[in-house]
Amino acid sequence: MYSKEVIKHFKDPKNMGFMKDPDGVGEIGNPKCGDILKLYIKVKDNKIKDIKFETLGCAVAIAVSSVITEMAKNKTLEDAIKVTEEDIAKKLGGLPAFKMHCSNLAAQALKKAIKNYQGQD
Amino acid sequence: MKKKEIYLDNAATTPVDSVVLKKMQPYFNEKYGNSSSIHKAGDLARNGMEKARQQIATFLNCLSEEIYFTSGATESDNWLIYGVIDKFWEEGGKKKPNIIISSIEHKAIIEPAKYLEKNNLAEISILDVNKDGLVDIEDVAKAIKKNTILVSIMYANSEIGVIQPIKQIGQLIKEINIKRENKIVFHTDAVQAINYLNCNVEYLNVDALSLSGHKIYGPKGIGVLYLKNGTSITSLIRGGGHERGLRSGTENIPGIVGLGEAINLVTKKQKDNVSIKKLRNKLITGIMKDIPNVQLNGSLEYRLPNNIHFSFTGIEGEGLLIELSEQNIYVSTGSACASHSLKSSHVLLAIGLSDEESHASVRFTLGRQTSSNDIDYVLKILVKAVNRLRKISGK
Repeated sequence: MYSKEVIKHFKDPKNMGFMKDPDGVGEIGNPKCGDILKLYIKVKDNKIKDIKFETLGCAVAIAVSSVITEMAKNKTLEDAIKVTEEDIAKKLGGLPAFKMHCSNLAAQALKKAIKNYQGQD
Repeated sequence: MKKKEIYLDNAATTPVDSVVLKKMQPYFNEKYGNSSSIHKAGDLARNGMEKARQQIATFLNCLSEEIYFTSGATESDNWLIYGVIDKFWEEGGKKKPNIIISSIEHKAIIEPAKYLEKNNLAEISILDVNKDGLVDIEDVAKAIKKNTILVSIMYANSEIGVIQPIKQIGQLIKEINIKRENKIVFHTDAVQAINYLNCNVEYLNVDALSLSGHKIYGPKGIGVLYLKNGTSITSLIRGGGHERGLRSGTENIPGIVGLGEAINLVTKKQKDNVSIKKLRNKLITGIMKDIPNVQLNGSLEYRLPNNIHFSFTGIEGEGLLIELSEQNIYVSTGSACASHSLKSSHVLLAIGLSDEESHASVRFTLGRQTSSNDIDYVLKILVKAVNRLRKISGK
């Protein structure tokens, strides 16, 4: 049902786990669809120095969480905030239409974490 | 070497039994006649079909003329709902008729009923179930109104395996019908029940019953609507007038022959159900012992012997399904039909689960092929999978 990349990230997710003393946190979720996604970031010199995630969700939700941490790491905040759901889906070799909302969740969570760091939330 | 596959999704579908397959094979290219033809090739096909009809009638304890072949239980359910209501209007019905169903029916019942309601052709009363998933007979009695003409309650639920008191509901309706002019038709969707429960229609007091081939180690694309003599409905599929004028379309003879043999095997293999139940209980006990924060959904007492349905706090069922699938263990979240929907299962919400608990659930349905070693292996993998996913969720 899912691409090899999705399964790869699901089985061996990168940057998974809790982060102590993060500079920003973005949590987004919708218990109705079952996914809750939480991103922690550490920022240095306007760049995302470290990023971790905790996700309660389906295989795709876990895969998008893993892949967005890889995509965001070492990016400037301006670049990171521009990551879209399409970018994430593309990185994962495509997603079924009914799972696109998962990659949207990941993009939203990252935006939220950055805004939280910038004190805008 | 290919890794062994452990299929625990027998409520979604079952493999065709090799005996069944063997019986079907000649009907594809040797006895390929059209059963409506009057030459000898037609006779051969017709004989195969009528033998199967008799096998099913024996199983249900009804007359063979009360068996109507369909493309599957979804058609049987649709046909029954539309057919009863359409007949009512055709015969000059005046006041909008009432249909009673439960909140945990299969979509093949709920959707046609809602369609009729939307088009102003019927009103529906939906009975709640308790937290165990059971319909209360008192609620059925209370829901019956003057304009009620159809009650449809499923025998055993496809998601949580809960068994409804069909015999008692049937008895109640039978008694009510004695004093009524407009008789109530009592239908049950018995798709999940056939393998495991008494489906004698006299015993159950039902007027109509749906069943399907592929849930009982028979082929896909074939089903039955049992319709008691005297229960009149209109056709859903019109054409050449097959099935005594009620269901047109050239009969699916290989499918019909396969269904007949499959139902024959259900009777022969009743003792398998004892070991299936033992294995099921072994897995339930193992999960409860080895994995904290789990809950079994639905009644344990009134439950199909092959059904397990758990919520695992802190994980999402689909994630667990994919994780197990990667290890060649096949389970399901809710019913297979619900997999494309992101909404919580209507059955789980009806028994009082939160959206979160509902999404955290997984169904395991055992079958004839399940072994004790399979259960040991599944439990081992499951413990690891749940632990890993809980670590990812941090919950």
